[in-house]
Amino acid sequence: MGDHTNNTTVVEVRDRREEIEAVEARILAELDRAGYPPSSGFAVRLAFEEAITNAFEHGHRGRPDESITVEFAVEPERVRISVEDRGPGFDPGEIPDPTLDENLDKPHGRGLMLIRSFMTDVRHNDSGNRLVMLYERPPGPTARG
Amino acid sequence: MAGGDSRLRISNSGGVTQVEFIDRNILDEANIQAIGEEIGSIIDQAPDPKLLISFSNVDHLSSAALGALITINNKVRAKSGALRLANIDPQIYEVFTITRLNKLFEIHDTTEEALDSFG
Repeated sequence: MGDHTNNTTVVEVRDRREEIEAVEARILAELDRAGYPPSSGFAVRLAFEEAITNAFEHGHRGRPDESITVEFAVEPERVRISVEDRGPGFDPGEIPDPTLDENLDKPHGRGLMLIRSFMTDVRHNDSGNRLVMLYERPPGPTARG
Repeated sequence: MAGGDSRLRISNSGGVTQVEFIDRNILDEANIQAIGEEIGSIIDQAPDPKLLISFSNVDHLSSAALGALITINNKVRAKSGALRLANIDPQIYEVFTITRLNKLFEIHDTTEEALDSFG
């Protein structure tokens, strides 16, 4: 399932828990095979879940059956994941800072911040409907020692 | 919510309602909403809610789960009740510190410490 080009896998994912978990499991399995430490799996899983949620909840609001495109490549020293929805996009700069005192008790608005905190680099395309995340392997021994 | 569908283990100790999660991953939006509603119902039924939420089984959670916790906290505070969180894995605690939610919630290392804090 999915296209493979230059070790990049491309998968269409609908807003179904089993489909999201299936591609997530593939990414995490590749991280494990490449010897990334458990902390990397935690970080990548968190960022991926937030990116997926944002794509479906905000990008595809009101269109539950529309799929998003996930591309991922796990390399020895870095992981690249992109999530693209078919919505109108948004301006990431307009997201309020959820860490401000006045925003702490607001239930929403932390997803992008968490992605930026756990990924090495995060970029959006100009329209804001494609998110590209880069995660660099942290220094230190591999999970396999 | 029917007991058979609950994603929570609920017990009571000295007037404190203790909540544990059955799932190790609190990621699915539908489950998070159900959890929020179930805990919300507990708060609604208590005149003076004292709630301890333990994360001892939790490996992953999403920002939606954080949002549900904030909503729970807001409901508890509206009734002048008390909420404590406990047994949070270091990786998940990092999520609380990054988001500064460690300033919003009273978080304890263990259930025992959390229970003692209710006074």
